[in-house]
Amino acid sequence: MQRIARAWGQVTSVNRDTLLLIPLGEGRLSRNTAPDKAEGAMKQLELEALTGLVPDGASVVIPVSRSGVAMAATRALIARGVKDLHLIAAPTAGIQADMLIGAGCVDVMESAGITLDEQGQAGRFVAAVKSGAIRLKDTTCPALVSGLQAGEKGIPFMPMRGLIGSDLLANRPDYRVIDNPMADGGDPIVLLPAITPDIALFHAPLADRFGNVWIGKMREMMTMAHAAKTTLITVEAITDDDLMQDPLRAPATIPALYVSAIAKAENGAWPLGLEGCYPPDQPALVDYAIAARSDDGFATYMAGAFGKAAE
Amino acid sequence: MDYKSEELLICVIARLLDGIGHVAVGVSSPIPGSAALLQRALSGGETQVTVLNSEHLQSLNDGTGELFDRAAQGRIGAFFLSGGQIDGQANINLVGIGAYPQQTVRWSGSFGSAFLYYVVPRVILFRDEHTRRTMVETVDFISAPGLSAPGVYRPGGPYALVTNLGAFAFDKDRARFRLTSIHPGHSLEEILDNTGFTFDHDPSPPTTQAPESDRLTLLRGAIAQEVADPYPKFAKAVFDC
Repeated sequence: MQRIARAWGQVTSVNRDTLLLIPLGEGRLSRNTAPDKAEGAMKQLELEALTGLVPDGASVVIPVSRSGVAMAATRALIARGVKDLHLIAAPTAGIQADMLIGAGCVDVMESAGITLDEQGQAGRFVAAVKSGAIRLKDTTCPALVSGLQAGEKGIPFMPMRGLIGSDLLANRPDYRVIDNPMADGGDPIVLLPAITPDIALFHAPLADRFGNVWIGKMREMMTMAHAAKTTLITVEAITDDDLMQDPLRAPATIPALYVSAIAKAENGAWPLGLEGCYPPDQPALVDYAIAARSDDGFATYMAGAFGKAAE
Repeated sequence: MDYKSEELLICVIARLLDGIGHVAVGVSSPIPGSAALLQRALSGGETQVTVLNSEHLQSLNDGTGELFDRAAQGRIGAFFLSGGQIDGQANINLVGIGAYPQQTVRWSGSFGSAFLYYVVPRVILFRDEHTRRTMVETVDFISAPGLSAPGVYRPGGPYALVTNLGAFAFDKDRARFRLTSIHPGHSLEEILDNTGFTFDHDPSPPTTQAPESDRLTLLRGAIAQEVADPYPKFAKAVFDC
């Protein structure tokens, strides 16, 4: 906490009791009621209440493993036994998706790549592909970025170069090819349907008490929040400052009107890192990668992980 | 001057980057990444290097999509791709083996290949395992094709293939690889034995040029320190830093 306070200015030292002092909304998500209604008061929730807003069967967009993955929230989702998620990686994923797949929470995996990076293959993902336990929507990185951009613009599709002649395109009946209408005939180009996820779920360094969330260089979080119907964010800390009034931080801040709810989760990206806050816990990532290679290893790991969390 | 096989490959790839303005490299590609950093040093600052997802070798700040936008504009001169399988038409497979989707072998996925292969002018394929398992006649799944049908927008594509055994150029007109050199200690027969596709070659292809001593000195000094940022394990293993 102190380290983050130094990095991002004054931080409100909150605990579970003082959280209640911050005004809560009606407990309903504004974009689920009236699309044009901005948040009145920030919805600050406990972690379990935040993840409780992810219904079974929801489409959930998640960020790359480098930074901003809501791992504490992921463990809470698994503990709750969420089912039939349609995970959308923006545009690749790692331990978060692998863990959710291994725990039986995922129906559809839409991504350009699932990897544990230096630790190698994502064992539960590979096992689920081989057993047919998940449905795949394989694609390429910029197609996911473009689809989310169409979602945030409120347009039905985005055209994109590439893909033609690939087996990715051959296996995506939702992608279309048309001739470029701006050319004098010919010039085929792929149209990607807009992606408007039910939920965007990620972790950020800092929120303020108004519900604005500072994301630093993680610009893709902004696109995710713009495109999703509901945005749920866990944060390391909450400041009394108004981030939108700070000219240095405001351009890297998601305005509160996109933020459906936040929950405080210190070290909320662990065992992954959070850029500028803490690095990945490499030994813990190695432990997971080894465990995920087998059904038994994964089961033992998860039992241990939840035992540890309960202590 | 003695050198390691990694140092040879770095120097081979760096030569292929001559004249490139902006080269992008994946975060899990230490040999191409080192080659890009070597070329940057040799270019006197003409060549820019972006290592995707690295903390410091980042010249972009507008999120995941920015690199792809820049590539689509033609402003990324060179990129590297690999494949669990690479075939004789330069098709690459990053998805898996067997009937899709329930494959018997599954890899990570196609990442940016099905876009960057089309728009980056000089795509260098790199694979440090040259066997009939990786160099196949026909890939099981096309993550990205080596060639496109006439009329498909395709300013980019395969330029070269570098493996642990040799270096190839890709001839788009003939839709075939041509062996350009054999790395020291290897032979044409060994390459033929270990390649599942046919390719063009001279009767006695030349031996790959050994790393120049001044480049080795540069590589082991300043470049090794730069390499250690995005590729710490590799820098420790190869340069002991």
